[in-house]
Amino acid sequence: MEGALPADAKTCAESGTESGPRGPGCSLRHFACEQNLLSRPDGSASFLQGVAEKSRERLIRNTCEAVVLGTLHPRTSITVVLQVVSDAGSLLACCLNAACMALVDAGVPMRALFCGVTCALNSDGTLVLDPTAKQEKEARAVLTFALDSVERKLLMSTTKGLYSAAELQQCLAAAQAASQHVFRFYRESLQRRYSKS
Amino acid sequence: MLSNWSSREPFPWGEARPGPSLRQRRERTQELWNNAPHLILTQFLAIRTVEPLEYYRRFLKENCRPDGRELGEFRTTTVNIGSISTADGSALVKLGNTTVICGIKAEFAAPPTDAPDKGYVVPNVDLPPLCSSRFRSGPPGEEAQVASQFIADVIENSQIIQKEDLCISPGKLSWVLYCDIICLDYDGNILDACTFALLAALKNAQLPEVTINEETGLAEVNLKKKSYLNIRTHPVATSFAVFDDTLLIVDPTGEEEHLATGTLTVVMDEEGKLCCLHKPGGSGLTGAKLQDCMSRAVTRHKEVKKLMDEVIKSMKPK
Repeated sequence: MEGALPADAKTCAESGTESGPRGPGCSLRHFACEQNLLSRPDGSASFLQGVAEKSRERLIRNTCEAVVLGTLHPRTSITVVLQVVSDAGSLLACCLNAACMALVDAGVPMRALFCGVTCALNSDGTLVLDPTAKQEKEARAVLTFALDSVERKLLMSTTKGLYSAAELQQCLAAAQAASQHVFRFYRESLQRRYSKS
Repeated sequence: MLSNWSSREPFPWGEARPGPSLRQRRERTQELWNNAPHLILTQFLAIRTVEPLEYYRRFLKENCRPDGRELGEFRTTTVNIGSISTADGSALVKLGNTTVICGIKAEFAAPPTDAPDKGYVVPNVDLPPLCSSRFRSGPPGEEAQVASQFIADVIENSQIIQKEDLCISPGKLSWVLYCDIICLDYDGNILDACTFALLAALKNAQLPEVTINEETGLAEVNLKKKSYLNIRTHPVATSFAVFDDTLLIVDPTGEEEHLATGTLTVVMDEEGKLCCLHKPGGSGLTGAKLQDCMSRAVTRHKEVKKLMDEVIKSMKPK
């Protein structure tokens, strides 16, 4: 997809909602997304959420491989390059969201969209979704999940710290509820982009 | 001959039957190999090489696997500790064909500046070419790096050793435990075997007593007086492979891992707390399936703990 793009169709910056004070429930930080901001690659997206390494790469790669319909493009290599602009906590979740949006922007056929959600468990048992870097450091356990858009199934999970099986189910349920917001944001952002051009 | 076969029971995967026992399943598989006419045998072998997934599906429909195991059954686990005399602690774990050896070496080091009362535990997983043809010699490949990171996470999250116990003199001297885990034979489920080998080796490791001579400031090591490490928790890993997005099987072999659409590893300690839930992508799982995995992990923990206790008990008189 190396055609010449008109200069005005280049960027559409979208802003997400949920920018109020964050309570202990299901609120996520403010997020914004910009698509098609680089002219050379086939698709690109920048995902801003809130103000690695081989294992992180592997997690992101395996998640993408599970949703991308690779059989429609045999003998093709899809390279996803993620550049961290700034890290304010929940980095892996943000990377997953950016990867998903970039794949959509590139027009890669996928069987579902996916999103990343991070949960932090404090020592008193309270759950905080989408923690900041400080909250992550002070938490007893930090769990990152990748959920798919069709049935909210768990695609990928990586955890740090000690927690019980009941707490895991609680975090998973909270993450599934939070993923609704992220998928709604994807939908709105894409609708706005394609309705303009 | 063919007519003899058809006069007996229909093919095992022809119709559904209420749970045959493991012994019956094993006998049936054996019968097939012994009594099947060579026509059916060659068809069987052809399916195995040409369409391995189809071959596996036929067994999975019967709730068993080609090696005769049930879906929730582990391979025979054997552990041998203290076999390497040059290491401070060692353990050899065999999970079916998968063989992993862990050696612990303790050396001196200056403690980190931001934590002067802590020591270090440095794990390293090595998957050399001798264990499987998929690995080449040279720098560690991706799988070895991921396994090393996984073991480092398990040590960190489970607090298996209190790093303060490794400190000899705050700010000056502490122990660093190099845990080298080497795979000798790769047949799937490497993470479970590595975790078990690490745990067994740490339980077996003995550190000599060290005193700091006040006049010279040098450390004096008393090799005759050795003490065991204080192991606080016993993390045990249980790995699952996801087939066709729905079926979960425990302890996958190398071939099963290759055919699976996803894997999941759960590391649990004795209080039922999870140290690590490692699911590197692959097909999705619902919350209910996760709950089943947790319960299987709990039973596996009991099995492994029992085995460990037996082995430690047998070693004690030495």
